[in-house]
Amino acid sequence: MKRDAQTIIASPEFKALVARKGLVSAVLTVVMLGAYFGFILVLAFGKELLSNLITDGLSVGIPIGLAIILLAWALTGIYVYWANNAYDNAVNEIRKGLGRSE
Amino acid sequence: MDQFTTTIGQPNLTSILFFIVFISVTIGITYFAAKRTKTTAEFYTAGGGISGFQNGLALAGDYMSAASFLGIAGLVSLKGYDGLIYSIGFLVGWPLIMFLIAEPLRNLGKYTFADVVAYRLSQKPIRIAASVGSLMTVCFYLIAQMVGSGSLIKMMFGLPYEVAIVFVGAVMIGYVLFGGMLATTWVQIIKAVLLLGGATVLVIMVLSKFGMNPVNLFAAAQAKYGAKVLAPGGLVSNPWDAMSLGLALMFGTAGLPHILMRFYTVPDAKAARKSVFVATGFIAFFYILTFIIGFGAMVLVGQDVITGIDKGGNMAALLLAEVTGGTMFLGFIAAVAFATILAVVAGLTLAGATTLSHDLYVNVFRGGRAAEQEEVRVAKIATLGLGVLAVALGLAFKGQNVAFMVGLAFAIAASANFPALLLSITWRRFSTFGAVCSIVTGTTLAVALIIISPTVWVDILKNPTAIFPLKNPALISIAGSFLAGYIGSLIKGDETAEARYAEQKVRNYLGISVEKPLGE
Repeated sequence: MKRDAQTIIASPEFKALVARKGLVSAVLTVVMLGAYFGFILVLAFGKELLSNLITDGLSVGIPIGLAIILLAWALTGIYVYWANNAYDNAVNEIRKGLGRSE
Repeated sequence: MDQFTTTIGQPNLTSILFFIVFISVTIGITYFAAKRTKTTAEFYTAGGGISGFQNGLALAGDYMSAASFLGIAGLVSLKGYDGLIYSIGFLVGWPLIMFLIAEPLRNLGKYTFADVVAYRLSQKPIRIAASVGSLMTVCFYLIAQMVGSGSLIKMMFGLPYEVAIVFVGAVMIGYVLFGGMLATTWVQIIKAVLLLGGATVLVIMVLSKFGMNPVNLFAAAQAKYGAKVLAPGGLVSNPWDAMSLGLALMFGTAGLPHILMRFYTVPDAKAARKSVFVATGFIAFFYILTFIIGFGAMVLVGQDVITGIDKGGNMAALLLAEVTGGTMFLGFIAAVAFATILAVVAGLTLAGATTLSHDLYVNVFRGGRAAEQEEVRVAKIATLGLGVLAVALGLAFKGQNVAFMVGLAFAIAASANFPALLLSITWRRFSTFGAVCSIVTGTTLAVALIIISPTVWVDILKNPTAIFPLKNPALISIAGSFLAGYIGSLIKGDETAEARYAEQKVRNYLGISVEKPLGE
């Protein structure tokens, strides 16, 4: 059984794989861009919000800044978890169907 | 604050000792790596035999420069919260590498990101254009690193600037020339471990004076310098400026040749993913440490003392090490900073040399046909040439304000390398002409606009007002590059390239080549 690239990319399984990866990547990218540029916009237009002190030695901006740093890392973690499980399984299924299991 | 006299700038026995140990270990590694660096794959990518975790550490090692360790700690010590805003900008590009670039890069390329852009397009024009983008990114970054390292080493050890530059150049050439990617990777890993370890110890020593609670430290800073150090200051005054710099940092990280190249050192896409996760975690941890180190220096050393040694605050972390751990700890941290400089310039030089030999020599001048040994020889000559050039540029730019070159390197990476890479992976109709238009437009806009921006036109050329209002050109140059790529592809399509998109897509997603016969 020989299948060329056109047939593979036209198959429903492959299309579903591409669509799911596109969705996951897009959502995670938008979350990161949104968080970062949201932060920049607050800095530009509402600095006072971040300057307020929660207690002595802690302004609102500090936990928010740290949260963005941790969010960046968490998002990469979510992606790895998704890709190692859902994505790789789907890839292996398609490869098996092509006689190219690994 | 008690009067505090520092020994920074005097030869320090501990730091010389630590440094000799570091140099001996890395030269030993280079010696063993040299035996396993015979083929092109071994020279460029350590034969793809680096694990995901090791590559993650090495990526972090490549990215955490002495400038970000000493510079950001200094910025925090003088400006407080603003330093954190700066760090965040340098981190947020990493998740994008993961979501958009890492796996396709690993699945489609061999040694350079130009392999991916040229996958289905015409080799010669793409390789030439991509090499220009790559080499400009590497060169500007390298100048900034060399000039910075010369001044830092002069400040730390009292060594003359020229001696420092030549020494850094010579050791770095040694690593890359003989040990290729394998030695460079291990230098990065050792440096990353030393830097993270040293910074962690420094933070623990600082926090031990504040009941292990960072809030007590921040409160002490507030008591000493006012609540303004905990609040955003003047760093983000113009939102357009901040947006433009943010775009340069985000997409530039995903276009740095020495970072992209590291994805070929791992065996597969799964390891590539893991390495981004590990790298992002370590870099995030590192930026949190530098924030605390900066506040520690602000409180325990004092801003007057810090600016008394260096106006830019670059010695803040070292002064803090001396105050908390004495001359011996200062020596250790100074040696770590020196190791950091060496590792970063080695990574840059290897990336530049790979572009020269693999993209330009083999795929342009020799039409893709060069014997293995010939290519390795050319790569080594390129390493030597680029290393000597780095030293020459370091000497030529002595005393110049080159801080803008980091921003420029990121702007070119974001405008020339990233759009072409992303479009070639995702857009079927992206054509050779479109790719060349995109790279040329991105590079030209980035360079031309930064010259007429406040960064160069006013700060360096001393003109009264800038022609282009933004400090970083990325907002315009990235948009221009994508637009040029789109219009160029519509004007002059590429049927062969379109026909090969299906095959590229299969390989991108499944990691398998359908050129070979499938099944029975």
